Amino acid sequence: MSASPPTSEYRRREQSITLSPLGEQLEQSHDEQQTSQELLTLNFGPHHPATHGVLRLLVTLRGEIVHDIKPIVGYVHTGIEKTAEDKSYWKVIPVIERMDYLAYHFNSLAYIGAVETLAEVVVPTRAEYLRVIHMELNRIMSHLVWLGTSALDLGAISMFWYCFREREQINDLFEMSTGQRMHTRYFQIGGVAEDVPVGWTEKLRGFVKRMPSSLDQYGDLLNSNEIVLQRLRGTCALDAETLLSLGVTGPLLRAAGNPWDLRKAAPYSCYGDFDFKIPVGTVGDNYDRFAVRMAEMYESVKIIDQALEGLPEGPYITTDRKVALPPRHELATSMEALIHHFKLVTEGLRVPPGEAYYPIEGPRGELGCFVRSDGSSKPARVHMRDPSFVNLQAFSRMAEGSYIADMIATLAMLDPILGGIDR
Amino acid sequence: MPDATALELIRQELGDAVLDTSFFRERATLEVSPQSIRAVLAHLRVKGYAHMASLHGVDYYPHEPRLGVLYELLDMSRVDRISVKLRVPSDAPEVDSVTPDSAEHGGWPTANFQEREVFDMFGVVFRGHPDLRRILMPEDYEGHPQRRDFPIGGEPVIFTYNESPILEGAE
Repeated sequence: MSASPPTSEYRRREQSITLSPLGEQLEQSHDEQQTSQELLTLNFGPHHPATHGVLRLLVTLRGEIVHDIKPIVGYVHTGIEKTAEDKSYWKVIPVIERMDYLAYHFNSLAYIGAVETLAEVVVPTRAEYLRVIHMELNRIMSHLVWLGTSALDLGAISMFWYCFREREQINDLFEMSTGQRMHTRYFQIGGVAEDVPVGWTEKLRGFVKRMPSSLDQYGDLLNSNEIVLQRLRGTCALDAETLLSLGVTGPLLRAAGNPWDLRKAAPYSCYGDFDFKIPVGTVGDNYDRFAVRMAEMYESVKIIDQALEGLPEGPYITTDRKVALPPRHELATSMEALIHHFKLVTEGLRVPPGEAYYPIEGPRGELGCFVRSDGSSKPARVHMRDPSFVNLQAFSRMAEGSYIADMIATLAMLDPILGGIDR
Repeated sequence: MPDATALELIRQELGDAVLDTSFFRERATLEVSPQSIRAVLAHLRVKGYAHMASLHGVDYYPHEPRLGVLYELLDMSRVDRISVKLRVPSDAPEVDSVTPDSAEHGGWPTANFQEREVFDMFGVVFRGHPDLRRILMPEDYEGHPQRRDFPIGGEPVIFTYNESPILEGAE
């Protein structure tokens, strides 16, 4: 300021104002904040792109550090388990596929497996192979959505386009074999709805040939990316014992070093026929969770390749007319076929009374379906043990004490599907 | 699955706690009295069934005791499963929670959300549960929708066109 005297009354008053007491106040309050460490409760979601659905989190923060997380779910509860009790066995399949909407083939197999156990249905080998091919394609598709959206949460948008490019090819394959891109209703009690069309296996062979190099490309983009490594390595680790006590299964448990995979441990369907590895991590941090899922996609491609090579000839659905519909051409010539068709379509199949729990390895962990039959043509209880629902319990333990930005990355690595959590 | 003989041996070890056993389609089920559930699960944990794969509810309407809770246990080293079932009457649906305590002290932390779901859907009260609130239905919801006598579609769906008559009728 120049030393010239003030020209007016106003200017003189202006010069007399001093800001130094204000600055002292600011400094004082800053010191107090550092000593008292106020807790801040932050509402996160339900409508937030990083929650991968309609998940709401009540996050308690100490500064930028996560103190506690309370997940609040139920926003997309649609009562599918209740709806299933009001439908005949084969009509349950389309609704149950809509639970975990990225793992529809797994949902239907868990349910169908339970019903087949109760009704003692023998499934032809070709149907088992076709089921495995579709499930492993589904697993790759689910992991691709996970990879694309997780990379988005870390700030990399191009991964999203690359992942969805390959996902589209899988959806095209589903559309060709089943008529639908998602929620295909392809698996039926006793087999699959239809044999694969001419040209499908060639198209799938092309995909199997291309996919490993696409996965290599993703690896090249991410595996040595400094930002990805710094965001993932050493963050939010949890040991296998704690994970097990919280019921966590699937890639999250394998990332912590426990090689539990139902496909190997208790082979269902025809998984015993294939040669594949179970990728495991070492410390169970976010990087291991990422790396295990990346490696799993290669193994899934290997399973599809072997299933395609060994795909046996034969019927694609059981010939038991009390379980599966007769072929269309028989209806014109056979009275019995007509009666069976009529009974199955109007009333549905009757399942002997009993209870069954059928667990399979979904993309997110143990997907088990409990079915209770009372002997009628509708299930008396259908319950899905959804891995996302159980795994979410471990989220608070994983993210405690980490930065809020790492919490977002952990949520992405947890891969919760809210349709499966809320059912 | 333990075979039928092994299941009977487990029954003998547990004594009076077991009300019934069933072996159906390779699935071994122990039906136990509700009071003994924590002791039974602790015993099975020592025998190797240390992982609780799932916990879910069933409504056996119209039979009493009506409400069932099922615990699916898994032995990961022998790859063996056993399910434990208990049934409580609908007029006093109470059972001890297995959630409290960490795994080392005989608790099953994985049961937390799943017991809340059974409470929400069937109205079974888990005594001692740390946070027994509804989980999937809204907090102010009345009734337990998965019970067999709960009507499906019994609630009017509110759209824009019928919004006001329904709300006015409620007042």
